[in-house]
Parts: sequence; structure tokens; C-alpha cells
Amino acid sequence: MAEHKLTTPLSEEDVRKLEAGDTVSLTGVVYTARDAAHKRLVELLEAGKELPIPLEGQLIYYVGPAPTPPGKVIGSAGPTTSYRMDPYSPILLEHGLRGMIGKGARSEPVVEAMKKYGAVYFAATGGAAALISRSIVSAEVIAYEDLGAEAIRKLEVKDFPLIVAQDSSGGNVYEEGQKQYAR
Amino acid sequence: MREIRAEQITEAVARLSMEANFELEDDVQKAIEEAFEKEESPAGKEVLRQILENSQIARTERMPICQDTGYAVVFAELGQDLHIVGGDFEAAVNEGVRSGYTEGYLRKSVLSDPIKGANTGDNTPAIVHLRIVPGDTLKLWIVPKGGGSENMSKIAMMKPADGVEGVKRFVVDCVRTASGNPCPPVVVGVGIGGTFEYCAYLAKKALLRMIGSTHPDSYYAELEKELLELVNDTGVGPMGLGGRVTALSVNIEAAPRHIASFPVSVNMNCHAARHKMVEL
Repeated sequence: MAEHKLTTPLSEEDVRKLEAGDTVSLTGVVYTARDAAHKRLVELLEAGKELPIPLEGQLIYYVGPAPTPPGKVIGSAGPTTSYRMDPYSPILLEHGLRGMIGKGARSEPVVEAMKKYGAVYFAATGGAAALISRSIVSAEVIAYEDLGAEAIRKLEVKDFPLIVAQDSSGGNVYEEGQKQYAR
Repeated sequence: MREIRAEQITEAVARLSMEANFELEDDVQKAIEEAFEKEESPAGKEVLRQILENSQIARTERMPICQDTGYAVVFAELGQDLHIVGGDFEAAVNEGVRSGYTEGYLRKSVLSDPIKGANTGDNTPAIVHLRIVPGDTLKLWIVPKGGGSENMSKIAMMKPADGVEGVKRFVVDCVRTASGNPCPPVVVGVGIGGTFEYCAYLAKKALLRMIGSTHPDSYYAELEKELLELVNDTGVGPMGLGGRVTALSVNIEAAPRHIASFPVSVNMNCHAARHKMVEL
């Protein structure tokens, strides 16, 4: 299990060398989106319209943060469960999205798209939301403000601790890890 | 007749909504500390270390443990010799949720309608389970319930012939297929018996029990112990990354059933198993 320090945006080459189980300390810009924002993004792509965020080489973090208390950059901001975004992810990956951050395993169509386009799926620790908020150095709503917690935010993160959960060659930390400890 | 003012209910709900979200209850904190000692998988241990560090930060900075500060589920036992004055019971509870979720910078996660709805903006309405009981006090449990673990919950209308072995298979299968999604190590609430809707209620009610407490009926106390071992043998581990600790506790609530029916339900709770109780 290797340890990596990565800075966004990521190239296909950056991502292809990551293996399930590796740990990553991530720095740079990530965009937030969850159910409602994904629906809108995919509707725009299907209509051939421009998106409010760039996709090429970028990462989407599945999070709906708690409101920002006074004096903080952002409220608690841990990952939400990723499978709910599975219907939307393949088309985003086709348009250049390089990776996703969430929790829980992804489905086969997402994995196939990750293999095909060279993308990675990272897991952050669910429920470690106050801790994770400390890795976020700036936050700005850039689209769909009407969605509240589900709006798209541009986050700048520093040393965000992640694990490569599913890699671009089909490696899967959930399957491999659980097999090792099942009795 | 003893009286309490509706605003006392509002104040209690507001305070407990915040405390439940900022401070991991002692039973859960202790269970996670024990899990950290027990866990053999390096990835699982690191997850538990982060969860403990997170708990410390949330407590000292009054930030939510998890950004999903939950649907406000409230269990209430109202003594029949207590008179609530100066307002309606449910309105008082909702006012408490509104004020606690606003003042505490907690996330508002409730849509006004399941299909057509927009966010209600204040996390109301609460889901209230009220029972009238003997006595002259009001007991309130606040259980902010996250969506990730709620989504991994299930109910089965089993055949009476399936028996206790069927219950074990159903519970273990539920935890295994939920995998990392409900944020393990989980607390598994199990309802056995009742009717369709009552069985689901029982599984939720089971989440109120303190971790480490034993079921008053020794048969179910043994079954809880056996289920906890079986669930931990799945190897799902912290956040599904593989490990020894998949659940902190399995809590069962059993009830009488119809001779033809054998409902079994599982209500999953994440490691941020929030529950606070107050007696007014």
C-alpha cells in the first residue's frame, strides 16, 4: 500500500498509478455535488449545454456540508454515500471527470467508465466531518445556490486524507479488505 | 395535576438537538474506544482513530460530529397525570427542532414533500412517536437520524417457519450487503414481531438502548450477543474497508405477533449513533 501526495487537477497518468488501498493526501481544488446537483449537471450534458464547473482532470466530492458557523471556513463536511450518484457518474467520467470522493462502493457501470477513461474513486471517512472540515481552507458556492447544502461549492483542500477505494483497473478495497477479515 | 409549559419542551428539544449532534454519547464514545483497541486491520484502525479525533473536535468546537445532522426523530412518553399548558405538544417539539437546528448551525435535510417538495429550511417537521404512560412526567428521546444508515434498513415479512435461524440470516445479510454504506461500525436495531409498521417502529426504538446494556429477557440477551459475533464475522469492518469491528451493538426489541406473520426489521445506525434523553 503506497502513500501519495497529490495536487489537483489530476492527469490520467497520476490516476492510473493509484491502486486500491493506497492512501492519499490531497491538496488543491475539488468541487462538491450530490444528488440534486448531479441531476442538473447531467441534464445540461444531455442537452449539449455548458456546465457551471470544469470537468477535465477535476474531482467531485460528494458532500452537503453543515452551515458555516461564525469564524469558520465551512461547517462539518464529511462524505455522503456514493452509490446514489452511480446513475450520473459514467457520463461525467466520459466528459473528463478524473475522480470522485465519497463513501461506500460503486457499481459496475461506474467502474467500467473509470477503467475506460482513467479515473479513480477515493473514500473519505464517513462521520469524521468536523475533522475533515479542517482540511478545507476555502469554500465558495459557485452554482445552484437554491439547493442549499446541495449547492455546488468550489473547495480548496489541503492534505485531505483519503484512501483509494476503487482504482482504474478494477481494484476494490471493499472486496479485498472484507475478504481478508471474514470468518 | 402537575403542569409543564410547552416552552419547556421546546427548550429541551432545542438543547438536546444540539448536544446530540455535538457530543457523542458516553456509551458510543466508550464503544468506539474499545473498537479501536480491538481492531486488527490497519485501515480500519485508522478510520476509528479519525472518528475519535473527530469526536474530540466536535465536542470542543461545538461542531456537528457528522454533516448529516439527521431527521429529528423524537420518542416521547407522556405521563397521563401531566398537563401541558401554554401550547400544543407537537408544535412545541417542532419549535424546538427549528430553534436547535438554526442556533446550532445544523444541516436542514428535510423536504416538504417526498416528490414535489423543497427544503423546509428549518429541519421540521420532526417525526414524533408518542405514548401515553402512567405517571406525571414527560420523557423525551432525541434521535437525529442520518440518511446514509437509514437507507440500508430493511423489513421482511418472514414465514413463521423461518424461525430464529431466519432472523439471524436476515440480520447478517442486511449488514453484509449494506457493506460500507451505513458508516460502520454500526449499531443494529432489530425489531421482531408486531405488525408490518410496528415492527419497523421496534427497530428504531431499539436504537434508544444504551450500548452495553443487556436485554431484560435472557433469551434475547443471548441472541443479541450471538448476532453481534455473527455480524462482526462478516469482516465488513470500519467504513467497509475490512476489519474485525463491523458493529458496536445489536439491540433487539420483540413484540407479540399474529399467528400467520413473522415480521423482522433492521434499522441501521451509523457510528455517530446519536441519542439523548431528558425527563421533564
